[in-house]
Amino acid sequence: MSHAITPIEHIPRTPHAADAPGARPAIEVDALTRAFGRRVAIRRLTFAVNDGECLALFGPNGAGKTTLLRILAGLLRPTSGTAHIAGVKLPGGAEARAVVGLISHQSMLYSALTAKENVEFTARLYGLESPRQAAMRALQRMRLEERAESPVRSLSRGMQQRVSIARAIVHEPRVVLLDEPYTGLDETGAAALSAALESLKRSGAALVLVTHHLGEGLALATHTAIMREGQFIKHEPRGTVELDAYRDVYREAIG
Amino acid sequence: MSTRVPPGTFAAAALIARKDLAIEFRTRSAFLAAIVFSLLAIVIFFFAWDATAVNAVDLAPGVLWVIFTFSGLLGLHRSFGVEEADRAIDALLASPVDREAVFLGKALANLLFVLGVQALAIPAVALFYNLPLSRVLGPLVGIAVLAAIGLVSVGTLFSAMAANTRLAELLLPVLALPFFVPIILPAAQSTARLLSGRPIAEAMSWLRILIAFDIVFVVACALAFPFTLED
Amino acid sequence: MTTPVPTEDRRNIDWLLTIAVVAVTATFIRAIFFTPAEALQGLAQKIFYVHAPSAFIALYVAFGIVAVSGALYLWLRDERLDRIAASAAEVGVVYMTVVLITGPMWGKPVWGTWWTWDARLTLTLFLWFVFLGYLILRGAIEDHGTRARYSAVLGVLGALLVPFIHLSVYLFRTLHPMPIVLKPGRPSLPNSMLATFAMSFVSFALLFVALLRARYRLAARVDALVAEEEFEPAPMPNLRAEPIR
Repeated sequence: MSHAITPIEHIPRTPHAADAPGARPAIEVDALTRAFGRRVAIRRLTFAVNDGECLALFGPNGAGKTTLLRILAGLLRPTSGTAHIAGVKLPGGAEARAVVGLISHQSMLYSALTAKENVEFTARLYGLESPRQAAMRALQRMRLEERAESPVRSLSRGMQQRVSIARAIVHEPRVVLLDEPYTGLDETGAAALSAALESLKRSGAALVLVTHHLGEGLALATHTAIMREGQFIKHEPRGTVELDAYRDVYREAIG
Repeated sequence: MSTRVPPGTFAAAALIARKDLAIEFRTRSAFLAAIVFSLLAIVIFFFAWDATAVNAVDLAPGVLWVIFTFSGLLGLHRSFGVEEADRAIDALLASPVDREAVFLGKALANLLFVLGVQALAIPAVALFYNLPLSRVLGPLVGIAVLAAIGLVSVGTLFSAMAANTRLAELLLPVLALPFFVPIILPAAQSTARLLSGRPIAEAMSWLRILIAFDIVFVVACALAFPFTLED
Repeated sequence: MTTPVPTEDRRNIDWLLTIAVVAVTATFIRAIFFTPAEALQGLAQKIFYVHAPSAFIALYVAFGIVAVSGALYLWLRDERLDRIAASAAEVGVVYMTVVLITGPMWGKPVWGTWWTWDARLTLTLFLWFVFLGYLILRGAIEDHGTRARYSAVLGVLGALLVPFIHLSVYLFRTLHPMPIVLKPGRPSLPNSMLATFAMSFVSFALLFVALLRARYRLAARVDALVAEEEFEPAPMPNLRAEPIR
């Protein structure tokens, strides 16, 4: 990889299991381009996210945010350029997909199955040693242990979203991709989600958080970026910028 | 982090099939619909034919295979519907299991669905059409399984495609039925030989077509499946 | 990948299509007026000059193009291959429909019945259904990439299906002899008939190529127009890309 990745000094980090001297960043994207027919969704995007960092990604609809996440999740193929997760090239690397957790505003659950069955199914897909216990742990983390045996269809929208998050973090992913995860969450849910993401981050996971809401994004972010027409137009460390000040930055960038 | 080994292709397929069957068992809607449809079709076919002119034994093979085809389609419709509803397919594809495993898992669940319908429909046809079932049961089950494998492999692939189109389930029969011709024809013909008391050896050339079709299309559909996913 | 949009040929005459139409007309004239009628079948035999070349081109050439360009598309992902496949399928359906109409027209006076489950006719009928399914599938998908991938998969699987349908219908026929009035063996054609037949073959092939070409150009133009609509030139003068970090 030709471009330099600046190390981050001001973020306290706990060492991650995958952290070894000379280990590559959790997410590396180099000159990534993705076109749908003639429409270019992402153009020559280059960035990296290290373990324990959270990149908050803002931008208007159609900026290419979801496309970027889908490429990082191994669901879409880059048109050109490369994307690596934990040093494994996408798509096609099962080792890369094994360390990624994906959360979107769609629940990705089977509504006829119970919360526990859904999460346990995911745990088995990832080959966890004791899937049942892992599923219960993840549900407890989202404060859902009491509704574990309820069919997903009988849960409220917010609870479904929490089950979906439990599903995405059951395998303690090194990389978590979040596409508008706060959509439809009530206060309990939002708090549980924030707490879960914070603890994932502290345990060394790399997060990419796509959202319309600057406040939610800034609360977790170690880095911010504004995306427009398939490119990052402002990509910088979070620093100490206040929400109101950042709102102005965002408005100016989007125009 | 605990030790983890993502399941291999067949283990993952079994997981996915089990999940699909759990959903089907929980809702039961498609299976019940397929059974009721089969019984209705058996009865209606009987009254649509002139029983004095055509022997029930001559009528039965055609009825049996028409019913299996259409009741199978009822199950196949749902196969990818449950995945698309809340985009669960995305979570499945983002997991470390490979795409062939997703296809094989869905196909396996559909196979068990079709075999389940057959297990109830064959005795029902035997009962209503007064067929000498016990004499031919073994070979008939063999033909049913061979035909079901072909139906399900093509049907699962087309169900994945149809779920992503504007026409959704309307498209499935239009795409799948021409591909079912080399299944229904051999299956019905060899069933007819069996029921009229002829030795199974007479139907060997039909069975060979059926077996060759299964081999070619299970492989081809598993290989083609990744192309039906967005990438 | 971008095909230049030929704007000028809206007014231009498609010379290839013109030649093809003239050739086909000439074939008809020769077949009707200048070729002797067959003794046994009479005038009905003249349908042969339409039926046989259409059948050959639809079953082998059109189907082959759909399957091969489908397979190549899945490999190379070039949208031109998808356009070729789609054009071949549409023209192929037209040719196959001609086969299915002229078949019974010939069959009635010669075989004594409009439709027989003759192996070849049945095979054509099933492949016609596969082609129609192909076109319906294309019509039901908006996204270009998905449409191209799905129809390529169907085209390739359709090619795998042909031998199986072929085997099935032939086995069905040999086991169930139909009461066919008369099934002529391959007649040894007199020279003038042979020449007309060759001419019909060449002219129908030419017409196929011309229609394929016209349909391909139309598809290219439609794609270009759609692309223009959804991809307005984006002015972003005051937005300079920031260096990364």
